[in-house]
Amino acid sequence: MPIFLTNDMMRQIIMDHYANPLNKHQPTSDKFEKVHMHSDNCIDDLDIFLLVENGVVTDACFDGVACTISTASTDIMCDLLKGKTIEEAKYIITQYHHMIHEESFDDTVLEEALVFINTSKQAARVRCATIGWSAAEQILKEKK
Amino acid sequence: MSYDVLKIRQQFPMLKNKLMQGKPLVYLDNCSTTFKPQCVIDAIDSYYQDLTANSHRGDYDLLYHMDCLVAETRQTIARFVNCEADEVVFTSGTTMSLNQIAFGYGFKYLKKNDEILLSEEEHASNVLPWFKVCELTGAIIKYIPLTKDGLITADNLTKTISPNTKIVSLAHVGNVLGNINDIQTLTNIAHAYGAIMSVDGAQSVPHLKTNFKEWNLDFLSFSAHKMCGPTGIGCLIGKKDLLNKMDPLISGGGNNVDFFKNGTVEFLEPPAKFEAGTLNLSGIIGFKKAVEFIESIGVENIHEHDKMLINYAITKLENHQDIIMYNKSSQNGILTFNRKGVFAQDEATLLNSKGIAVRSGQHCAKILDDYLGCQATVRMSTYLYTTKEDIDIFVDALINGGDILDAYFSH
Repeated sequence: MPIFLTNDMMRQIIMDHYANPLNKHQPTSDKFEKVHMHSDNCIDDLDIFLLVENGVVTDACFDGVACTISTASTDIMCDLLKGKTIEEAKYIITQYHHMIHEESFDDTVLEEALVFINTSKQAARVRCATIGWSAAEQILKEKK
Repeated sequence: MSYDVLKIRQQFPMLKNKLMQGKPLVYLDNCSTTFKPQCVIDAIDSYYQDLTANSHRGDYDLLYHMDCLVAETRQTIARFVNCEADEVVFTSGTTMSLNQIAFGYGFKYLKKNDEILLSEEEHASNVLPWFKVCELTGAIIKYIPLTKDGLITADNLTKTISPNTKIVSLAHVGNVLGNINDIQTLTNIAHAYGAIMSVDGAQSVPHLKTNFKEWNLDFLSFSAHKMCGPTGIGCLIGKKDLLNKMDPLISGGGNNVDFFKNGTVEFLEPPAKFEAGTLNLSGIIGFKKAVEFIESIGVENIHEHDKMLINYAITKLENHQDIIMYNKSSQNGILTFNRKGVFAQDEATLLNSKGIAVRSGQHCAKILDDYLGCQATVRMSTYLYTTKEDIDIFVDALINGGDILDAYFSH
């Protein structure tokens, strides 16, 4: 179901995930797959970890240096992807990219990630809002 | 005559009714690049509209005229920084100039355990070429410590330098902290140890009177685009004997007298020896006009204007506890700061949403982190067209800017 968010709620969600990113930590085992990402125009320098078992993303986390937008967007992504099949995860990531680039998208699957709908107002920060998502996409790309 | 900043501004198309995020543009990123006055734009344009020809090949009038313009540009630059015209080598900018020195001179003459002295504040362009030269030659880099004010002092240079030091390569003005090093004194110390002094003038030549001969510099590098000139053109000034000894970084058309099947080459005399390939001629014509424009205002006046603006900003911000300023002693139009608890990029985005252009990040000086004790900073930098009103808008946005997420939600 799409959820309705006021601007104040959206701000609060971003700040909560920035101030207290529950998924920002090192992985709990060596079975996680890792992609390192850094940004040309921001200081973001992140490792993204996904644990994929039997076609399902069973766990996700990240660590590194990141601004408000990249920290919050990556933390929310980790929450969203956990428990999803590879196919579902890929679909969610694609819809998120569509939203960020102001294309039509399926708003029923993005949940809290909808708070980044305004990112295109600050074009220089699109990379921050997508850095973690692009890393997860890279890990899942070859998987079916 | 008093400094008429409004009259100066009228000459810049980028300062006329330009909006960013729907707000009048306040451009405070002059360390990155500067706007161009109409006279420079017209000069660049004149190459394509009126003067198109190659250089060095003077068989007909257009070519001859172009050769004259290139020679006149060397003379203009030589007058500006006080060197000889044939000591002026055209490059694509400071980065290429520094690479030319590292690979053309450093790689040729450095031996195992020879020392190259840099500081922790050097720009990547004055660090990475030396990393490679060390890898190729076995030479080593030593870093001169900065004082708590971010300066490279004679004392600290003396403590670091040794008889093994062959090259000292330093910025006259660092691009993060903006402090002005006493380059003449530092050069004297380097010479006393038999080392040569290469000065990165990217942030200083556009803002301060520079005197290549009087300071007895060996090499000086700078870029046109940071002084109201075009991008893609800059120069390397080198003492004649060093230019003679140094190898060209790139070779090919236009830099040799003759070459033979057995692999021997006779290069042209400097500066042509270092200028293989067709020169950036529209850039050179624009560079000349930019230097003339700066001279018409007076680089000393520009320096006083920068100082006035930065002191004005520091005074306005001083009582605000949540603004951390890293270089309050700055006297060169650069203020580096953070807002407590706010990531630098987030602050820059908030300022962008108010039409204010500043730079955030590490400013290409990645080894400065330890010194500053933070990973990223926001930097605002002024130039000859910056006004006190620009500073007022900037300070107001910083103090009353509100939440960093306003940038995303307040439209």
